[in-house]
Amino acid sequence: MNTLPQQLANGLLLGSMYGLIAIGYTMVYGIVQLINFAHGEIFMTGAFGALTVYFYILPDGTSMALAVPLMLLGGAIVAILIAVGAERFAYRPLRGAPRLAPLITAIGLSLALQEVVRNFYPGADRARAFPGLDATHDIGSVTIKDADIFLILAAVLCMAALAFFVRRSRTGRAMQATAQDPDTAQLMGIDTNRIIVIAFAIGGFFAAVAAVAYGLKYGNVDYRMGFLMGLKAFTAAVLGGIGNIYGAMLGGVVLGVAETLASAYIDEIPGMQQLGGQSWANVWAFCLLILVLLFRPQGLLGERVADRA
Amino acid sequence: MVILTSVLTTGALTLTACGSRDDSGDKGGDNGSGTTLTIGVDAPLSGENSTTGLGIQYGAQIAIDDANKNNWVPGVKFKLKALDDKAQPATGQTNATNIVGDKTAVGAVGPLNSGVAQTMQQVFASANMVQISPANTAPELTQGKNWQSDKKRPFKTYFRTATTDELQGSFAAGYAYNGLKKKKAFVVDDKQTYGAGLAKIFNEQYKKLGGKVVGTDHVNTGDKDFGSLVTKIKNSGADLLYYGGQYDESALITKQLKDAGVKIPLFGGDGMFATTYIEAAGKSSEGDLATAIGVPADTLPAAKTFIQTYKDKGYKGDYGAYGAYAYDATTAIIKAVKAAADANGGKVPTDINDLRSKVVDGVQKADFEGLTGKIAFDEYGDTTNKQLTVYQVEKGAWKAVETGTADLQ
Repeated sequence: MNTLPQQLANGLLLGSMYGLIAIGYTMVYGIVQLINFAHGEIFMTGAFGALTVYFYILPDGTSMALAVPLMLLGGAIVAILIAVGAERFAYRPLRGAPRLAPLITAIGLSLALQEVVRNFYPGADRARAFPGLDATHDIGSVTIKDADIFLILAAVLCMAALAFFVRRSRTGRAMQATAQDPDTAQLMGIDTNRIIVIAFAIGGFFAAVAAVAYGLKYGNVDYRMGFLMGLKAFTAAVLGGIGNIYGAMLGGVVLGVAETLASAYIDEIPGMQQLGGQSWANVWAFCLLILVLLFRPQGLLGERVADRA
Repeated sequence: MVILTSVLTTGALTLTACGSRDDSGDKGGDNGSGTTLTIGVDAPLSGENSTTGLGIQYGAQIAIDDANKNNWVPGVKFKLKALDDKAQPATGQTNATNIVGDKTAVGAVGPLNSGVAQTMQQVFASANMVQISPANTAPELTQGKNWQSDKKRPFKTYFRTATTDELQGSFAAGYAYNGLKKKKAFVVDDKQTYGAGLAKIFNEQYKKLGGKVVGTDHVNTGDKDFGSLVTKIKNSGADLLYYGGQYDESALITKQLKDAGVKIPLFGGDGMFATTYIEAAGKSSEGDLATAIGVPADTLPAAKTFIQTYKDKGYKGDYGAYGAYAYDATTAIIKAVKAAADANGGKVPTDINDLRSKVVDGVQKADFEGLTGKIAFDEYGDTTNKQLTVYQVEKGAWKAVETGTADLQ
């Protein structure tokens, strides 16, 4: 059996998830040059928001067709509130402080969010079951689940909506202006604080979409899920060119595909048996990142393109 | 290297001992009228593996409550000091140092993870304090690095009430090949001391029996996406997946495997034998198997009261995997204290170092009926009780399917 199509699909799916989370990193970086390391945890709280809607609000036996949109809504409300709250109370007071200060705050915030969920969410100290969308479809030699279809559709729709918003809407153009030069933008009458809040909110929303997709695909969520995913998404953002929205998505997909192919095929190359397999996937992914940054330090799509937001 | 480690550890011990002398005083000294002795417990009490870790803590707690209530050692009250190692070796070592620094401590129960035990053994050996693990299964802990060719006990203070992975892996291989009639296995491990060791033994024994290992792979603890691995397993034509590691990853692997339409059972070791595995994997865990040490706790007549107490107290965690073994390990320490007191005219020795060394000797000579069967240790510190059980998930719960001992090939 030729496994390549299936492995490519696996990589594309994983990459779409990285990409959706990476947008949060990239947008915030693009506007305030802050790496929001708590973004992975915002993704995690989004998952618990969606979980709350399913287990504690909706009646038992609600059909998934109705439940999924409501879970998305619940996850988005939680993630956006936390993202905006983080901006208001953790980052805004430090705006203008040396770069390192908000970075450390972000790491502290991410640990705090993990501990709050672990201690106060019922049963969250270990993995909690999440409703799945497990029906499968065979397309040629590729098997995909309903959850995978949800993830791909969500990624495509989110990207299209964001592209439209940034290019066409008044607020989107204000975002571009703020990204280019916040001080001048403010002189032109743009409320840059509001723009920054919107960037955090959009990042939180995308993280929540990714979180729901994650829950539906893997069937359980836990308080540590944000750490590794956040790190990978950050890598994806850097790979694509940090600050660049399309770069984040492309970086995510490249990273996901590279990881999957490395873990699937490297150990089949003669002499490389010891360097292949699942446990080496991260190593190869980071080797790829280093290579890209060596030859193209600004990332695949470049860091400062005109339409970055 | 060994010398360096010993020097460093001894140095650390001396420092800790100095630091703690003031606050704990010489409580070992006042005999007769209410001596308090401490038994340390080290296990993961939060985060990864905490379900099974809490079972160890509360198992030991019940043993201590029983000893105090029934006045097993006249004039002595026991108290538990539970420390959380978060399944991390470095934290385990700190905890071990903390326990030996406590001048009322006579012994320790734990840890859960073999990798953590490796960093703790030397600390207890330097203080000549007994350590009994209810859960460690890595053979080298008792039989030395070259256990396959030349068995040599590295630390005379280390004991365990759990049997070794050599037997566990072989027992699993035998059941997979002869019981389940599965001839093609894919073997995956998490590269940890426990998981990798278990997978290696399974791999060797399964091949000796005539089975075919159609592929091997390793995962990282903390990984979530196993899409690529699942596709490889699917393509390998395996009819069984053997996994060496803990439930955190294996629950995700089995779920992603079944979702991809690969309806083969996942078979693992006692690190997977927890209710959390079934909760996390949901329906996908149906039919999956795990070996665990000993016989099922709820079939042991002696363990009935223990299980009832555990439930009545509303303790969190899982007594099923190691709770009863932790109870027996704690009891072995308490009985050794009693033996030391009896030999000393009914009074526990006043010098804590003297008491500690007598407890080590007492545990080595242990011979009593515990909850899990006869408690006695061989010349390596391993339990003489080599019973193992295969469990299978049936309608959302672990059901015992076969109990026995492993035949080494």
